[in-house]
Amino acid sequence: MSSKNLILRRIREALGGEPAAVDVPRDYRRGPAPVDLDLLVERLVDYKAVVHRTSDIPGTIRGIVGSGTVVAPPGLPAEWVPSGSVRDDDLSAADIAAADGVVTAAAVAIAETGTIVLDASPDQGRRILSLLPDLHICVLHPDQVVATVPEAVARLSPGRPLTWISGPSATSDIELNRVEGVHGPRNLHIVLVEEEAAA
Amino acid sequence: MSTHSPRGVGHLRGDQPFPEAAKVALANPQLRRNLQHATTTIRGKSGRVIAELPDWQELRAAGSALKAYTMGNLPRLLEQLEEKVTAAGGVVHWAADANEANRIVTDLVHQTGETRVIKVKSMATQEIGLNEALEAAGITPVETDLAELIVQLGKDKPSHILVPAIHRNRSEIREIFLREMPGVDPELTDEPTELAAAARRYLRETFLSTKVAVSGANFAIAETGTLAVVESEGNGRMCLTLPDTLITVMGIEKLVPAWTDLEVFLQLLPRASTGERMNPYTSMWTGVTPGDGPQNFHLVLLDNGRTAVLADEVGRSALHCIRCSACLNVCPVYERTGGHAYGSVYPGPIGAVLSPQLTGIKDNPSLPYASSLCGACFDACPVMIDIPSILVHLRNQAPHPRTEKAVMAAAAYTMDRPRLYARAQKAARLSKLLGKRGRGLPPPLHGWAASRDLPEPPPETFRDWWRGR
Repeated sequence: MSSKNLILRRIREALGGEPAAVDVPRDYRRGPAPVDLDLLVERLVDYKAVVHRTSDIPGTIRGIVGSGTVVAPPGLPAEWVPSGSVRDDDLSAADIAAADGVVTAAAVAIAETGTIVLDASPDQGRRILSLLPDLHICVLHPDQVVATVPEAVARLSPGRPLTWISGPSATSDIELNRVEGVHGPRNLHIVLVEEEAAA
Repeated sequence: MSTHSPRGVGHLRGDQPFPEAAKVALANPQLRRNLQHATTTIRGKSGRVIAELPDWQELRAAGSALKAYTMGNLPRLLEQLEEKVTAAGGVVHWAADANEANRIVTDLVHQTGETRVIKVKSMATQEIGLNEALEAAGITPVETDLAELIVQLGKDKPSHILVPAIHRNRSEIREIFLREMPGVDPELTDEPTELAAAARRYLRETFLSTKVAVSGANFAIAETGTLAVVESEGNGRMCLTLPDTLITVMGIEKLVPAWTDLEVFLQLLPRASTGERMNPYTSMWTGVTPGDGPQNFHLVLLDNGRTAVLADEVGRSALHCIRCSACLNVCPVYERTGGHAYGSVYPGPIGAVLSPQLTGIKDNPSLPYASSLCGACFDACPVMIDIPSILVHLRNQAPHPRTEKAVMAAAAYTMDRPRLYARAQKAARLSKLLGKRGRGLPPPLHGWAASRDLPEPPPETFRDWWRGR
């Protein structure tokens, strides 16, 4: 007997009889709830992300990057890409790691938890892009922000590779306190676009 | 037909019974200070972020029901997962026990021609002793989680589900790094940020040059074939993104029925686990994505005694565990003994119910007694596993010696009868027989007394005081 059949037989014998009928109570908040952008900013800052609220996206990005070199996903709007940047066209890991930073868009953000989610769309790029450089600049529009986790799950497509990011890389492994800065980007900047620019 | 996890492989059985192992731990004041500091910190953090959610109890109820539904429908959901992962370009393997899982992973690594793998922290691969199996086959496993790295470099054993090096404080970690980490800066201090930076430098090149990774999984969604790994440091993202080949080993109980159900567990896990609103990084992937991440994906579904747990109607809810480790952090026994005393990769209250069921009670008979039944674990569990009830249930399968049962029955009889009890109290007060705090009990009761202190008999019983008032 194959191990698959063996395991399935063991399970059926362990359970005995019919599949269990279990009602799942969904009395928790599932939304939609009003979005509080100030709460998002507060939660992002609490986990050591730097937040820029602005209507000048290119200028803000240039200010953060300074003279550093950044990589950009193929679909990032051209006006956001600082001069001297490298577009990802199947760049090697070493090339990406050598960049000072990366600029991406986002798919969804969650105010209550201070989380941004990337779904590898063309303006966010391959997962490796936002992983190796030490600086990640993420441009976020207010209409991408939801209040709670259930609303974010509802907006996302599980068929895409997803990366949920809440603050810069951190660890709780030393005496169970949060310390920022391990393997992922140690600097996370969120450019939160003010309403008038988004319109 | 229930089959437990086989002997001679993996890390579910200790070398000595819990009371003996605990004695060693209790004699180590540094260990107790480290544990007390860490568990106090995490309890405070977790309590604060849980209090922010108005619907924590509703989320717990949903999480509990979702897990019960999953267990009740496991065959259908597992086959659905296999179908979805396969359709998305992954390959699914089934492993009846630790030996088979180790063989599958070792063969897969051999097929790539590589001799080194990077690993994301995974309880399942610790449980089956995968690192030892890989090393025996000439493959070097590199643990990339900071705490796992500390344990691996220190030639130590993990002592906590979430933070395997919880028993080490910052200065001990510094010493391990200075001693064992090639190329480390000799000026390294014990500042946590510096220690983290040292790990970053040490592992960077390994991440970039290793072609095979091994991971566990926090969740697998049957409906979509999506896998999720929840982490903090980014080492998980490295392992899940950079290599050509990814091998994920997952217990069959890690399933979640539908994509939507993640909305419950992604709220429960980080707040109960690290005490964060959300952990820094969560990666989700479905099979293979062309041009992004590993192009070869293997999923190994592991039984290794889980179906034996499932066969016990009372004990099966131990399989609902999402490995948050909240029950360890609130347990008065764990806080004093630490994780090594439990002898299994699953320590603390959840380990005391899970390990004996995975191995069969004969191989872990002392663990159901490693608890005061105070119930803090039940309150802290984000999926409401009634750990105290399972402990009592398992104690009935591994009863204490008959003499002790007789004494307990006599004590219960006496306490039920006021006059007898009053006389017994007097006797205790007068008696010199017990010696210092009961340690001098005659055989066969001296064994019972070895790990318990009798309270000093008061100079006057409450009854005497009441009468003479």
